[in-house]
Amino acid sequence: MTEFSTRTDHTARAFDSDLDEISRKVAEMGGLTEKQISDAVQGLLERDTELAERVIATDPVIDAMQRDIEEKSILTIARRQPMAVDLREIVGAMRVCNDLERIGDHAKHIAKRVVALSSDLYPQTLIRGVEHMADLVLAQLKQVLDAYGGRDLQAALDVWKGDEEVDALCTSVFRELFTYMMEDPRNITFCMHLMFCAKDIERMGDHATNIAETVYFMIEGRPITDQRPKGDTTNFPSALMQK
Amino acid sequence: MNEDRAALGRRRERGAQLVVATAALVFAILVISGALTLGYAIPGFAVVALVCFLALRADENGKRAAPPHSVAEQANDPLRTIVSGLPDPVIAVDRDSRVLALNEAARALAPALRQGEPVSLAMRMPELIETVGRAFAHGETERVEYSERVPVDRWFEAVAMPVKRSVDAAMPDMVLLTFRDLTPLRRVEEMRADFVANASHELRTPLAALSGFIETLQGSARDDAKARERFLAIMQEQARRMARLIDDLLSLSRIELNAHRRPDVPVDLVPIVRQVVDSLQTLARDRGVTVNVEAVGVLTVFGDRDEMVRLFENLVENALKYGAAGKRLDIKLALETASDGEPEAMASVRDYGPGIAPEHLPRLTERFYRVDVRESRAQGGTGLGLALVKHILNRHRGRLSIESTLGAGATFTVHLPPAGPRVSQ
Repeated sequence: MTEFSTRTDHTARAFDSDLDEISRKVAEMGGLTEKQISDAVQGLLERDTELAERVIATDPVIDAMQRDIEEKSILTIARRQPMAVDLREIVGAMRVCNDLERIGDHAKHIAKRVVALSSDLYPQTLIRGVEHMADLVLAQLKQVLDAYGGRDLQAALDVWKGDEEVDALCTSVFRELFTYMMEDPRNITFCMHLMFCAKDIERMGDHATNIAETVYFMIEGRPITDQRPKGDTTNFPSALMQK
Repeated sequence: MNEDRAALGRRRERGAQLVVATAALVFAILVISGALTLGYAIPGFAVVALVCFLALRADENGKRAAPPHSVAEQANDPLRTIVSGLPDPVIAVDRDSRVLALNEAARALAPALRQGEPVSLAMRMPELIETVGRAFAHGETERVEYSERVPVDRWFEAVAMPVKRSVDAAMPDMVLLTFRDLTPLRRVEEMRADFVANASHELRTPLAALSGFIETLQGSARDDAKARERFLAIMQEQARRMARLIDDLLSLSRIELNAHRRPDVPVDLVPIVRQVVDSLQTLARDRGVTVNVEAVGVLTVFGDRDEMVRLFENLVENALKYGAAGKRLDIKLALETASDGEPEAMASVRDYGPGIAPEHLPRLTERFYRVDVRESRAQGGTGLGLALVKHILNRHRGRLSIESTLGAGATFTVHLPPAGPRVSQ
């Protein structure tokens, strides 16, 4: 792939620098979101309430970043009247930062549960499934943000297809948690918390897929038309209650 | 943009000659100081050399009042030459946080980095971005430690050194970022914690059984020859299980210790797989399983030989133990085309046993995850086999895919990048 494949030089250098600034801000917001996820999960794994509190306190920063990017994007559209790939780039940035903000919210939700769970004692084996999910989603998010930065079509498509794995893992973790709850009602509290954490992580994966779609749209100018593989059956209670 | 700069650079051959001399000097210093160590001395020297050189240039071009932007472009060439000659990851960043220059080591650290684009597109760690900002604002060298969780846990220390590229500049117009890998140090600490956490739980079970039987043998079963015989057999089995568990935990730790270093020696998988199959012939005969190997002539990947042996041992042994009911095992090695069109070395182990239920498939590589605890114990499993496989593949930048239908066996497929001329991204 040649570098700068989708970057063109405009007569107005200021326009280039506007576009670059928007991309840069989105990437920085992505970086903070990645850190929020890994901190929230770290907090869950190590029962680190302090770390979780920090995640909760950082969430408004992400929200502010989103507002900033949106403002900048609207200003740029108004001032420069961009067309074609430039317009897609700006609209794409707004969509990506919207997904990132949602991901940040999910990270905050997990952190809140860490604080709520801090008094319970739960077995480490249960957390391992959730950790596995989080690692998978973090890898997806990293790849899609790299794809955004490098305008890499193939990487975006890989992320888009990779969501199936996260969904399958989520289903499996749900089953395991159900078993624990049926074994002993005292497990229900923390199992429910973990279940919501798993669902939060699964939703983050969905947002990563959305970003992949946006990156594809920014480069190609049309939406992805393939059928997306789907592995999540957690929405069907019958699938859970079998056996 | 890149091409423009390259063209500008060609027009300044004279400058380039000077640079080569400077770079040579840096190299000389590097060699001498190599014995004295201190990784920071190297970028330090580079900066000194760079500043001297730029001062010279500024005098030379003094009359041609150049705007700051073109100063940056002029400096680009010598800067690139010096940066590319340094062994540690180095990235030079301008005030707009664009990459002015980077070396191979930095490219390996973040493959998405592009010259002329904002550094944060590829390196998004908030700590790092903040540190660069602070270095520009205060004009002082700033340090920060940060970690990455995916694809493998890594820890780094980054040093941001602000540089004024012309003597009369009021503010630094460039930050030189250097990185030090703290992973080996941190890994040892983590490993110890992990080992204790895993071992304490998993080793306690067989240990409790052992001491229970010893107590019984000392007490009520002291004179019962028949019971003694039976108990000793169980005790031996438990002791073996503990030994296997310790073995697996140790290899897991060893692999994790090197997880951030990708192997670069080419190895041929075909003889490795054949050797593994030969060594497991006895087990296969015991279980009444016929093993078929279908392989291409040569299948070379960059890999650690011992780890590759370990990987296939685990896969084949698992298939023999848990899929023996099918009486048949197919192993296939081939060079295929992956979904992204790149070539891919593929090795699959297919058994015709009872298969694995879909809800277990995504979890199989987690530590101590067992589909059926009793079955696993009966087969002498440690619950670490596939975790080992996954860790080995992570280190080799490969992946494992598992397909299975209940009642129709399971296929474990190893995907690895083939060894060819290594493409630096």
